[in-house]
Amino acid sequence: MLLGLLLTGGLYAAFSPAQAQSDNSAAQIKQGRELFLVGCAFCHGNNGQGVKTLDGKQLGPSLVGVGAAAVDFQVGTGRMPAVQPGAQIPQKEVVYTPEEIAALSAYVASLGPGPAIPNPEDYSLAGMSEEERQAAIARGGQIFLTNCTACHNFEGSGGAMPRGGYAPKIRGVHAKYIFEAMLTGPQAMDNFSNGNLSVEEKRDIIAYLQSIQDNPGYGGFGLGGIGPVSEGLFAWLVGIGSLVGVAIWIAAHTARTSKTKAEA
Amino acid sequence: MNDENLPETTGGDRTPVGVDEPIANPGLEPHLWRPTDVDPKAEKRAERQVAGLFLLAILGAILFLVSYVVFQVGENPDTLGNLGASNVALGVCLAVTLLAMGTGIIQWARKLMGDHEIVEMRHSAASSQEDREATVGILKTGLEESGLGRRPLVRNTLLAAGGVLGILPIIMLRDLGPLPGDKLDHTIWDMNTWTPEEQAWWKTQHRTLQRVVRDVVGTPILASELEVGDLVNAEPEIVFATTPNGQPVVEGTDLLVAKSKAAVILSRMDPQDIVSEQTKNWSVDGIVCYSKICTHVGCPISLNERTTHHLLCPCHQSTFDLTDSGKVLFGPAARPLPQLDITVDDEGYLVARHDFDEPVGPSFWERG
Repeated sequence: MLLGLLLTGGLYAAFSPAQAQSDNSAAQIKQGRELFLVGCAFCHGNNGQGVKTLDGKQLGPSLVGVGAAAVDFQVGTGRMPAVQPGAQIPQKEVVYTPEEIAALSAYVASLGPGPAIPNPEDYSLAGMSEEERQAAIARGGQIFLTNCTACHNFEGSGGAMPRGGYAPKIRGVHAKYIFEAMLTGPQAMDNFSNGNLSVEEKRDIIAYLQSIQDNPGYGGFGLGGIGPVSEGLFAWLVGIGSLVGVAIWIAAHTARTSKTKAEA
Repeated sequence: MNDENLPETTGGDRTPVGVDEPIANPGLEPHLWRPTDVDPKAEKRAERQVAGLFLLAILGAILFLVSYVVFQVGENPDTLGNLGASNVALGVCLAVTLLAMGTGIIQWARKLMGDHEIVEMRHSAASSQEDREATVGILKTGLEESGLGRRPLVRNTLLAAGGVLGILPIIMLRDLGPLPGDKLDHTIWDMNTWTPEEQAWWKTQHRTLQRVVRDVVGTPILASELEVGDLVNAEPEIVFATTPNGQPVVEGTDLLVAKSKAAVILSRMDPQDIVSEQTKNWSVDGIVCYSKICTHVGCPISLNERTTHHLLCPCHQSTFDLTDSGKVLFGPAARPLPQLDITVDDEGYLVARHDFDEPVGPSFWERG
């Protein structure tokens, strides 16, 4: 499966966005602008400058300087175009084709300098020896536990954030999108730019996340994978609670009758 | 204690005699029989029910064995909604067995077992007068024969021996120490508290201020490389320092203690977002540095929202405002998050100007 992922990622990247990004042709930017005016400009403004509502709230933030990586992440995972503004824009089905996403990325990248779509060799584990991969997983695990688990949970299952937000589950997400998310800090997430975590450190995190996915699962309810607290709560509240309920039910039902014994 | 108002009693059992009860004793309620007691058919039926439940338990156990053999116990199950046929079959069979046995036993007890109502009268809890006198007699004889009253020298030396024995554990409690002294007041960011080895290492570095380095990897951080919105989990560079022969300068328990007290987070924000004067003065181009240890009970905190610059503790939801000297916005924390005064050195790396100016982490007794 890993091989399949890498192969798909490699092929995909070889054909569309990264390649297209380096072309950066005027025609692509023009196509991107046309798509932008139809699909994005309502919230982000005709020139991607952002739009404020009448009461001063931000409808869509400015896209100047967010870079192609942010567009590739937001549109490529289906978060954008958003259905409505809110505490958190959920992931949904992808609306645009890879070519259209590449065009949108090229257009937004032309608005101001920002992080480009990462090259496959930045996030791909292909070409690593088994030993290097194990070392990357060990390092990546430490980096992940220090920087990511606070919000995304130690097995990447995600968790709740204030005011209706949440940190999404990041297991099973394509390596490119994980890399882009770290690079651009979508929504309320912090940035982990290349000056913060180096490219190699980000790749180590991806290696760790993929190793989690390779961990055997043995079925049963995961209960969010947040460890003994949720499992203990379930056992105490649901398990013991239902036992107490059954005991009360048994005691509440009498086994008596008003009939008397024939000889009595 | 005066007994004259108590009812007259007869000897030891203290049952009142000759007192009219204010409310007539209603006696026991008439015994209600169970259907199984009055109806032989119901009794037979209940017997069959109980036996049936026990047979069901046997069936469940056999099915458990069968499914143990039939279904593959394996990794990454994909049947029955990823729960795994083996897991579900084993669980359901065992549950049926245990439930049927339990239900059968309860049914048996409630419907078929003997149905006598038993009354156990209360009685006085005290021993009889003779027993009490005998016990007092034994104690008195013992006291006399040991001569405890007549030989004060023996008595007093025994008491002294007991007292001295009591002092031993108190002396040994000292080994729980030494008292922390002012250790809680500073962290390893403070170079004045370093050990001679640590200071010897520092002399080889030819720098004046300690760098803030990334946690885990220990690399120094260029202020110019951080972007607005970046969050870095960091430590003082001494915890990653090694001697020329590759030995860590701080190791073992000391390292764990140092790291857990000195952990910080760096966050770069738009300098215009910064509210308080202190936060502005202690920051570099919008990069602020705070202790990572919650001031409530000391959990490491790094749930940050870049949109609001609110830092949230996952343990009890204390929320700190990174733009305003770490002010507590919500939750049980009583003190703001200590900020670290940072600047950049000649090479552009982030360095700490001095230690935190207040103890990090939860409040403690001497701190008031």
